[in-house]
Formats: sequence, C-alpha cells, structure tokens
Amino acid sequence: MYTHCVYTVCRVLGMSIGHTLLGLLESGPRHGYDLKRAFDEKFGHDRPLHYGQVYSTMSRLLKNGLVEVDGIEAGGGPERKRYAITDAGITDVEQWLATPEKPAEYLQSTLYTKVVLALLTHRDAGDILDNQRSEHLRSMRILTDRKRHGDLADQLVCDHALFHLEADLRWLELTAARLDKLRVEVAR
Amino acid sequence: MNAPAAPAGSLLTAEDLRKAYGPTVALDGAGFSIHPGEVVAVMGPSGSGKSTLLHCLAGIVPPDSGSIRYAGREMATMNDAERSSLRRSEFGFVFQFGQLVPELTCVENVALPLRLNGTSRKEAEKTALGWMQRLEVDDLAKKRPGEVSGGQGQRVAVARSLVTGPRVLFADEPTGALDSLNGERVMELLTDAARSTNAAVVLVTHEARVAAYSDREIVVRDGRSRDMERAV
Ligand SMILES: Nc1ncnc2c1ncn2[C@@H]1O[C@H](COP(=O)(O)OP(=O)(O)O)[C@@H](O)[C@H]1O
Ligand SMILES: [Mg+2]
Repeated sequence: MYTHCVYTVCRVLGMSIGHTLLGLLESGPRHGYDLKRAFDEKFGHDRPLHYGQVYSTMSRLLKNGLVEVDGIEAGGGPERKRYAITDAGITDVEQWLATPEKPAEYLQSTLYTKVVLALLTHRDAGDILDNQRSEHLRSMRILTDRKRHGDLADQLVCDHALFHLEADLRWLELTAARLDKLRVEVAR
Repeated sequence: MNAPAAPAGSLLTAEDLRKAYGPTVALDGAGFSIHPGEVVAVMGPSGSGKSTLLHCLAGIVPPDSGSIRYAGREMATMNDAERSSLRRSEFGFVFQFGQLVPELTCVENVALPLRLNGTSRKEAEKTALGWMQRLEVDDLAKKRPGEVSGGQGQRVAVARSLVTGPRVLFADEPTGALDSLNGERVMELLTDAARSTNAAVVLVTHEARVAAYSDREIVVRDGRSRDMERAV
C-alpha cells in the first residue's frame, strides 16, 4: 500500500547507507576515505557522506560481522582503516537487493542505489526492476479493487495513490530500457 | 526463468516458443499459462514480443518451434479448419482499434461472429443486444461505428468479442487508444464480463494501470517471458 509519511527521506537513506557501503566493498577491500569517495561519486551527487556517517556505519557493520578490518595504514585515524566484506556481508547485500521495496514516497533514491550497486557487482539489475514492478502491481491491484467497490471519495483517494505508483513504474521501465547504457557508465 | 512446466488445470499453455521474422527474433523461448477465469497481463516494452506471443497463443501465427496446448490438445497437430473453428467459437479478440465493420450497425457488428457460425439473424441480434446491455452500449445498437466515440466503439468491440461465449479472450492493448477514464471503464466492464462467464483473459498491455485489473502478470523482454508469480 502506498502510504504517506511512513518513510522520511532520512530514514530511507539511513537504511541504505550500510548496504551501499557493503556493496561497494564487494569488488575489493577499501579504506574509509576511499569508501566515502566512491559513495559520493556514485550515489552522493547532492548529499555527500560525512566522515562521521562512514565511521558509525562501518563500526555497526564490524559489530554485526558484515565487514572485517583488513589492515591499518600507519599514522592514521579511522579513515586509514581498510575494510573487507565478509561472507555474511555478501549474503546481506544479496538479500537486500533481492527484496523489493514497499511502495512508498521517496523510493527512487533507494531503487537507484540498488540498480547501480547491482550493476557494479555484476548482478542482474533487470531482476531488481522486475521484482519491484511486481511489488508495485500488487499494491495497484489492491487499490484498483478498492476503487471498483468504493464510492467516489474512495475512487479519488485510490486514484491519487495509483498515479503515484504509476509514476514509479514509468521510471522503472525507463531505467530498464537504459540498463545497458547505465552499466557502461557506472563501470567508468 | 522461462517455459514453466504446465501447471495443473491450465486451459492454455505454451512452452519454449520461438518465432523469427526473417532476421528479427520476436520470440526466443517464451512460455505462458492461464487457467479458466484468470486474467493474466502480458507486460513488457514495445517490440519485446507481446503481440507475437498473443498471436501464437491464439493460433493466428504458427511459432517456428515450441508447444502450445489448448484444453489438453497440441495446437500444431490441428489442421487449419480446426484452428479457425477454435478461433471462431472458443476464442474472442479485442484489439487496440475496435476493428468494427464500418458498413454494419453496432448491433450487427456484435452479432457478426454468431452469424458467421450459422446462427439466425434474429437469434444473433438478440444475444448481441444482451451483451451490449452488459457493456452499457445498447442504446447505440442502430448506430454505425463512425457515429460513436472511441470508448463506446471499444465497448462494442468487447461485446462482440464475448458474444460467442469464448473460453479465452485475447485483448491486445484494448485501451491503448482511449483516455484514462474511458480506458478504466472498458477494463472494468471487460473483466466483470469475463469473470461472470469464467473466460480466461490474455491481456497485453504496457500500462500498469491497465495491468492492475489482472490477477497476475508475465513480463516479456527480448522475446523471453518471465512469470512473476512462479519466479518468486
Ligand atoms: N509480421 C511481422 N513481420 C516482421 N517483423 C515483425 C512482425 N511482427 C512483429 N515483428 C517484429 O517482432 C518483434 C516483436 O514484435 P511484437 O510482437 O509486435 O512486439 P510488441 O507487441 O511487444 O510491441 C519486433 O521487433 C517487431 O518489429
Ligand atoms: Mg504489440
């Protein structure tokens, strides 16, 4: 169901930073500063990460066994630590990518992140889009059914939600059509 | 990924369909299945092979290879007469543009499939009018297609597609030429009518709002299909 105010932008972003950093580690171990740079380059166009976010996220991932410290450069603060993803970390990314998002507002940044990460880690980004379409359609069927059996007020409320879901879906279709181009671009 | 094994009780099943038009591969191992009374949306980008899949399933276009079974019978083993009888009496069709015969009145258009099957004019038009009532276009009975709006014409076409009591209704972008209000009404009436007769509906559409009238969807991409329900 399409619901307002369930997710705020921050919450969605906050939830995906960990997975995004994990995904970036899949192609090989990286230092803290390198992770921040890669994140900002691929996903942080208008919202670069603070170092503080990187460290708090990495220490949570460490605690949960999803990453391990692979080395520490001499003379360094936390940005000099080198992190490597663990098997549990890879499984975690895998599950996150395979689980469609509940249709909600401000979804596109999470979906964009998933698609780019899938391409970066040589997974099937088309699958992510297909699964998400399916999840959206599930919501649209419920709304369509409610609309059919409801009064005019129901119809108007459902229509509003349906148009928003449809906008998401149009973005999904367009992205699906551009996957080949995007793959080339993210590989640069 | 594709060509799922025929599920029990399915009315129409296709496996590993391939079809090329010269160098263009339209279907590249597509599969499909539908149960009586089920509405299945066939989605996918333009040129992905949706219409070709529908034409193969309906016996209009023979696939180069692969299997299509209707009510347990392999379609490739039927002769032309059997296939065209199937299309006339077991299948119904609605396309993007109603394709009504302009010289006939609306009720004559709706009655036409019954007339072609040998039903008397009186009987055929009586049944036709019943279907036109259900599609809320009975007041147009005496008008010609040129005198009715796009939405009305499409409802007349839906009435015509259902008049023989088909077990499978094939609809290719049935609302593609309509605005959203008219498109929705056509979808409501079409799916209500199909459910009431337990007809299966193969609904080709690239529009999510139209696909939302289905029970489930398959996605066609580059001639390959993905059954979203069974894939999960
Ligand atoms: N009769 C035909 N002759 C030649 N090419 C065709 C014919 N029908 C379809 N194609 C080609 O096959 C592919 C699939 O077409 P189609 O099934 O119409 O796709 P869709 O309905 O998804 O838009 C396209 O590349 C199309 O150009
Ligand atoms: Mg088509």
